[in-house]
Amino acid sequence: MSIHRKKTYRLLDPVLLRTAFRQSFLKLHPGLMIKNPVMFTVEIGSAVMLIVVLYAIFTGDTTQGSTAYNLAVFLVLLLTLVFANFAEAIAEARGKAQADSLRKTRQDTPAKQLITQNGRREISLQSSSSLRLNDLFICEAGDIIPMDGEILEGIATIDESAITGESAPVIREAGGDKSSVTGGTKVLSDRIIVRVTTSPGESFLDKMIALVEGANRQKTPNEIALTILLASFTIVFIIVCVTLKPFADYAQTPITIAAYISLFVCLIPTTIGGLLSAIGIAGMDRALRANVIAKSGKAVETAGDIDTLLLDKTGTITIGNRKATSFYPADGIDERTFIQLAALSSLADETPEGKSILELAAQKGCSPRSQPGMEFIAFTAETRSSGVNLPDGRQIRKGAEDSIRSRVEKAGNIFPENLAGRVKSIAENGGTPLVVIMNNTMQGVIELQDIIKPGMQDRFHRLRKMGVKTVMVTGDNPLTAKYIAAKAGVDDFIAEATPADKMNYIRQEQGKGKLVAMMGDGTNDAPALAQADVGVAMNSGTQAAKEAGNMVDLDNDPTKLIEVVEIGKQLLITRGTLTTFSIANDVAKYFAIVPALFISSIPALQGLNIMKLESPETAILSAVIFNALIIPLLIPLALRGVPYKPIGAAALLRRNLLIYGLGGLVIPFLGIKLIDLFIGLFI
Amino acid sequence: MNKEILGVLLTYGLSLLVALPLGAAIARWLKGEKSIWDFMAPLEQFIYKSCGINPAAQMTWKEHLRALLSINLIWFIYAFILLVSQGSLFFNPDGNPSQSPDLAFNTAISFLVNCNLQHYSGETGLTYLTQVFVISFLQFVSAATGIAAVFVLFKALRDKVTDQLGNFWVFFTQSITRILLPISLVIATLLAFNGTPTSFKGKDQYISLQGDTVQVSRGPAAAMIAIKHLGTNGGGWFGANSTHPLENPNYRTNMVELIAQVIIPIALVFALGYYLNRRKFSQVIFAVMTLGFLCLLIPTMIAETGGNPALEKTGILQTGGAMEGKELRFGAANSAYWSIVTTIISTGSVNSMHDSSMPVSNAMQLLGMMTNAFYGGCGVGLLNFFIYLVIAVFISGLMVGRTPELLGRKIEAREMKIAALIAILHPLLILAGTALSSYIFVHYPANNWAIKPVSWLNNPGPHGFSEMLYEYTSASANNGSGLEGLGDNNVFWNISTGLVLLISRFLPIIGPLAIAGLLANKKYIPETAGTLRSDSYTFGIMIFAVILIISALAFFPALTLGPFAEYFSLY
Repeated sequence: MSIHRKKTYRLLDPVLLRTAFRQSFLKLHPGLMIKNPVMFTVEIGSAVMLIVVLYAIFTGDTTQGSTAYNLAVFLVLLLTLVFANFAEAIAEARGKAQADSLRKTRQDTPAKQLITQNGRREISLQSSSSLRLNDLFICEAGDIIPMDGEILEGIATIDESAITGESAPVIREAGGDKSSVTGGTKVLSDRIIVRVTTSPGESFLDKMIALVEGANRQKTPNEIALTILLASFTIVFIIVCVTLKPFADYAQTPITIAAYISLFVCLIPTTIGGLLSAIGIAGMDRALRANVIAKSGKAVETAGDIDTLLLDKTGTITIGNRKATSFYPADGIDERTFIQLAALSSLADETPEGKSILELAAQKGCSPRSQPGMEFIAFTAETRSSGVNLPDGRQIRKGAEDSIRSRVEKAGNIFPENLAGRVKSIAENGGTPLVVIMNNTMQGVIELQDIIKPGMQDRFHRLRKMGVKTVMVTGDNPLTAKYIAAKAGVDDFIAEATPADKMNYIRQEQGKGKLVAMMGDGTNDAPALAQADVGVAMNSGTQAAKEAGNMVDLDNDPTKLIEVVEIGKQLLITRGTLTTFSIANDVAKYFAIVPALFISSIPALQGLNIMKLESPETAILSAVIFNALIIPLLIPLALRGVPYKPIGAAALLRRNLLIYGLGGLVIPFLGIKLIDLFIGLFI
Repeated sequence: MNKEILGVLLTYGLSLLVALPLGAAIARWLKGEKSIWDFMAPLEQFIYKSCGINPAAQMTWKEHLRALLSINLIWFIYAFILLVSQGSLFFNPDGNPSQSPDLAFNTAISFLVNCNLQHYSGETGLTYLTQVFVISFLQFVSAATGIAAVFVLFKALRDKVTDQLGNFWVFFTQSITRILLPISLVIATLLAFNGTPTSFKGKDQYISLQGDTVQVSRGPAAAMIAIKHLGTNGGGWFGANSTHPLENPNYRTNMVELIAQVIIPIALVFALGYYLNRRKFSQVIFAVMTLGFLCLLIPTMIAETGGNPALEKTGILQTGGAMEGKELRFGAANSAYWSIVTTIISTGSVNSMHDSSMPVSNAMQLLGMMTNAFYGGCGVGLLNFFIYLVIAVFISGLMVGRTPELLGRKIEAREMKIAALIAILHPLLILAGTALSSYIFVHYPANNWAIKPVSWLNNPGPHGFSEMLYEYTSASANNGSGLEGLGDNNVFWNISTGLVLLISRFLPIIGPLAIAGLLANKKYIPETAGTLRSDSYTFGIMIFAVILIISALAFFPALTLGPFAEYFSLY
């Protein structure tokens, strides 16, 4: 639900393709390949094939099959490696491009460093890169903020569009929850003194850039476990291929080296092995595209496992503030007159509630203007009401029920029963009643309501289907909280919440073994953010909050958590489904290669050649070619991710098993047969 | 539907009828509720007291394994010593000789690990002393070891965040006093009344119609044949196993023996569900196992009842199906059923000669042992299944976008490492063993062993290959059946299969228990709508696919060179 998206690169941007293409050859270096055990074994296989080809060329020995055939097998194997590297390279290139656009915001900028010398503060002009932790600097209107930091003095409007893409300027001021500024953003007005809060190269952005560039990527726990599984499959197939030699000796069948290596490469899970790191990088990249900076890949993955989600009511579930929704005039008061009075009383009211009263009045065709001679009475904690004294002497006040009631009754007037009933029913329905009086006589009641953001019910429904419990955190009283919680469709709420309440709730959920995510911005959120398994701090939040969480949302969008959960799930699903697909492919490859190996000595095995492939050589070549081609064909899926559908775990498993399991079983039969037909044309 | 198939259905139905209540009863006793076995308590208390066991002491998974492995080592030494000296000990009316050290090594291990490979023939290779005090003894304790091990798994899956997983000695003792001993008594009685010998007298003799004098071995056989099946051991009193007219006299005893071997494995599956209060979980496991069983059984039944096409070409009428190597009193359908039951469950007893089975049947028998988890052996079948379960949970967890969890515990890298290791082990042992023997057969045909490699095989070509493949598969699956054409009583086969037996028995017990122990100690995560429930049939399909893919992928080339090649040459 981010309002804006930065420029997103097309899936296969030509510029990126060129970089990736170059990289896919550079990555053939064995020192780099060994990090991916599955593909490393393919590289060894290709090296052996190269030796076979060279041997055949120089000696003219054709006991290992024709030179052309061996060369073909070698080239296809090499292509398999290049394709796998390409997948990783394109993912990295996309990540880099994304990171570069962020990095542009943090190029060297002049910084006005504040140095205290002999008790006097002096400004010295420095490069931003020379700023260190806890250095102070000054920014004035028009300056680019050189480093992430915390405002110590002053207040300023800041254009953060470079980071968030949101063009409306934001206000940042010393103290409180809005004291944090980000390097690369621009001060529009006023002057602030800022303390540097990060060392160069260690800001969240730097960390994230390293993550998407793949340089600094640590494998996540699930990725490690999957690598173990894939490695064990590879070992099984090493065993299969090595033992095949004595088996073939027994069956008195010579098997060529090319056939052995082809069988091996086809059997090991090259498809997932080749795409695994690309999937991981693409996941981080998707997070970054959503304008979320994750401190580690693990954080994104954990997000997919979240059981409980704590969301602030204001700004997340409801639109910022309460809005006027209805006018209820007292008996004997004309509705138009009442609306007129309500609007007049709010003319000078700068609060969002006051503005919403004017808006609603205007909708009803009543928009009074401010006139000379009007005396506006501001809201004070003492009177708990505000209003206006008109030039004609009429005094209009509006305020909370209890303060107005005492005022009315003190003046000897009555507070009508039916209005009291109205006040009560508004409160019970989650609204806030504002009572309007003129000259201490009742005029009517304005109903203010929390407006639930459009689409929130759907989102909560979606989350429930994912198995995520949503919890609304609000300062409202339990009655109002309950009403809004029910209306928005959240599963639970914490009313009259203090930071300690949040913390306790998180602990309690974690005690039940659940993973909890929350979003926060204030310093007093920091402990809860640290306690939560996934803590998303808003970029506008305090430095403490950002340090405590493990993700930062650049958009300051409180609903972002929902997106993060989906990105996490998508990451796991893409890995799982492609693994299944890769393994299921082996069945068809067996039916292509195994009969081809033994058909010369056991002609009866022609019965096992159910694809009716042309010859043993074309069968083997078709299998390896299919094996190579499937990698680039799946790159778009690996980069985009397999879509997550919140239809319940069992249904999702059924769906993915059907598509990727059954599909993985059937597709290679078709693919290998087609390739065989095609090769048959040339042989 | 003919009478033969009806007999098979009846046998299976009766097995379930016994196994279901047995499973429920086992769960009640494990939960500490009142059960029908409480009358055994005084005997058990006496055993604990005399052995100095504190039945209330709880063990961690490591302590369980320490207890299990050390007692097994003692049994091995005990068995080995008796076997190499039996010829000069008592209870030897037939004057049989002592076993050679390599044969004794193989025999001791083979019975210790519940496999019963039997590179000897019972009539001449053992004495009554070793039949009773080594063979039958090991048949009891090896089955009880498996059951005790699976009880540790039960406890680990049920109790949350704990490392206290019960007491091995209690599990072990109770497995014998409550399951194996009482049911064996019933079975032995049934067998004895149907003509199986129960005497300590030596060989008898009779003069046949042709006038030949025939020596007939006897002995206290009924008791052993009972535990042989109940404990999924499979090692027969006589060399010919349950094809022998005294070991398996008639269709009734045949049914009893068939039922005896499946009841504990099936009962344990249901006991798990009752014990965890997740009956659906058991039903799913049972459904997966039964589906696998049927996938192997149906082709075998069709192949065996269909007869041999080579004979058909000669114009011989085969109304009874392919009857080579089968007993007329059991028939083709029943023999097919037995051959699959005995291979999926690690019994390995036979009522027909698998060497004479049709190629399709050989493939199915081999696959039964290669998967080794459809019902499976006493206790260990479920442990093997658990490994597949962990892998299936892992892959499907990823497929639904959630860190995989099994019954509320996260499966992470460490568990995957163990599961992967155990999953690799079976193909490694089978394929490496077969490769080694093929290599020696081809390159060192004249090695000076008791049986020269060149004369190991009874058949040339694919069937000869199947004989070797079957032997290692049987050893690695701790099954014990064989394609008996193989000349296996020599130092190569005795030692190599002996080692395979050792590794393939204990690592697949250690692995699952280690995983269970690690899981039990983990934070417990309650189920939500996002959790993939392990007791759904969708997940069952996933497990089935994992089992199929792992065994099919690892063994496809080997099966191609053996039974598949034979099949395509024949049809």
